[in-house]
Amino acid sequence: MATILRIQTKEAATLRPAARRRSPGLFQLGEDIPRGAYLMIAAASFLLPIALWCFLSYSGRANALILPTPTHMVQAGIEMYRDGDLLPDIKISVTRIGIGFLLSAVLAIPLGILMGAYKFAEAAHEPFVGFIRYVPVPALIPLVMVIAGIDEPAKILLIFLGTYFQMVLVVADVTRQVPKDLLNAARTLGSSRLQVLFNVLLPATLPGILDTCRTMIGWAWTYLVIAEVVATSSGLGYSIMKAQRFSRADEIFVGIFILGILGLATDMVFKIAQPRLLPWAEAQRS
Amino acid sequence: MLSQFRSSTRLAAMEPETMPSPILSLEKLSKQYPTKSGPLTVLEPTSLTVGVSELVSIVGPSGCGKSTLLHIVGGLTTPTEGRVMLDGQEVTGPGAERGMVFQAYTLFPWLTVRQNVQFGPKQRGAKKAEREELADYFLDAVGLHGFRDHFPKQLSGGMRQRVAIARALANSPRILLMDEPFGALDAQTRTVMQELLLNIRSKERTTTLFITHDIDEAVFLSDRIFVMTARPGRLKAEIAVPFGSDRSPDLRTSAEFFQIRAQIYDLLHSEGQAVVDAEIAAGS
Repeated sequence: MATILRIQTKEAATLRPAARRRSPGLFQLGEDIPRGAYLMIAAASFLLPIALWCFLSYSGRANALILPTPTHMVQAGIEMYRDGDLLPDIKISVTRIGIGFLLSAVLAIPLGILMGAYKFAEAAHEPFVGFIRYVPVPALIPLVMVIAGIDEPAKILLIFLGTYFQMVLVVADVTRQVPKDLLNAARTLGSSRLQVLFNVLLPATLPGILDTCRTMIGWAWTYLVIAEVVATSSGLGYSIMKAQRFSRADEIFVGIFILGILGLATDMVFKIAQPRLLPWAEAQRS
Repeated sequence: MLSQFRSSTRLAAMEPETMPSPILSLEKLSKQYPTKSGPLTVLEPTSLTVGVSELVSIVGPSGCGKSTLLHIVGGLTTPTEGRVMLDGQEVTGPGAERGMVFQAYTLFPWLTVRQNVQFGPKQRGAKKAEREELADYFLDAVGLHGFRDHFPKQLSGGMRQRVAIARALANSPRILLMDEPFGALDAQTRTVMQELLLNIRSKERTTTLFITHDIDEAVFLSDRIFVMTARPGRLKAEIAVPFGSDRSPDLRTSAEFFQIRAQIYDLLHSEGQAVVDAEIAAGS
């Protein structure tokens, strides 16, 4: 007992100077920082720009035509809501994203898996996709309008074009990354080739596919706004364009704000759904 | 327990006692891979047989083709020449009668432990009741009954390999092929797993072909050990391990154990040097 005690005191003695050493602080590569500090920095990243905005706008330092006050923005938002344009605009934008993204996923997921699983499918589709995905989507707008006119199909087609070619390649990559040993293990357990495809390869790709969808729906928002800014008479992108035409900076801010919140909301849906849909998957990202 | 092998201190290599009838035979198996600078031989013609209920190990330096050999037996790689016969039938591809345990963790992450063990029987269309009985039996055998509803991500490396063994055994394979199954585990866990494997074998008597580069592991587990040369791999020596089937952990510290261990060490040492020399020569 005595020896143990002595060791403890000795340890404490050698520890003391170490404890006095200056804490390494926030600049440690890849190391965790205290949670409180993390939350404070995160909150500041939001609050600082807002504070700056309040300061510039309320003090009159910024031109009110360019930078409205938060009060003006909220008032404009309420006004737009009362006019009855805001909700239909949100609804039509969400519908366009939904249909465009769904179409793209329905095609890209099975084709991507085929490309990742079979070299013949890769040879048949990948070179073409590899070429077309480097064509910037806005460059396709004239072509889309020639093919699909300026109505709903045109916007959905643009969202489809913007997401499909990226998605099919990422899904193919996700499929290729399924460990070969996992497929081999199934073969030695008696699975036929078809059983390996459906009972092993498909479930193994699910976490990666869900993750891909989460990334791609972000892209879908981008192409939605591009589509709505160019040629349309409804939707959030259009409402921003219209506000610009009448120099209503407050309404522009409302549109941007709502786009940001909707984008964040879709991301949150995926973030919350992931552990519930695939409780077995290793955590992928926050 | 110690007395049992002391009485048979017949430490003779190349002198197998009553050879059990072979169920697996490799007939002049060889493997070459085409490369830009001509074919690369990883395995020179290799023949060996494994008898019923035997555990035969193959030890060799890294890159000697021992894993390739096992993959050929498993039907996952085709040999350039030669053939594999199991119960007199030529092996042409993977099959449930040759269960395999890999070094990498290969549990299906979307299935629970119990579903993983049921995977093989389910593929062949076994009834639910039969599958569950098999799963429960083999999970008991590897001591993981309490974890049957866990997902693989909740298990340690050693536990995952236990499930992998149970999963392979649930198919009642004619032969179990183990490709450095404990290679990724820490030393303590590895020891425990080796004892577990002996324990299971004392009940199941599953014929096993075992690949390892760990000499202690080979001596502790095997009835016979083949030592391979550095690439291109071929069999260099065959050593009979006369410890019988009832082995206790203190076997590891016995004189006989060290003697066999030293013998294999000598055989392998020059090969290990050859590997390093070849790597340095290729790099310079």
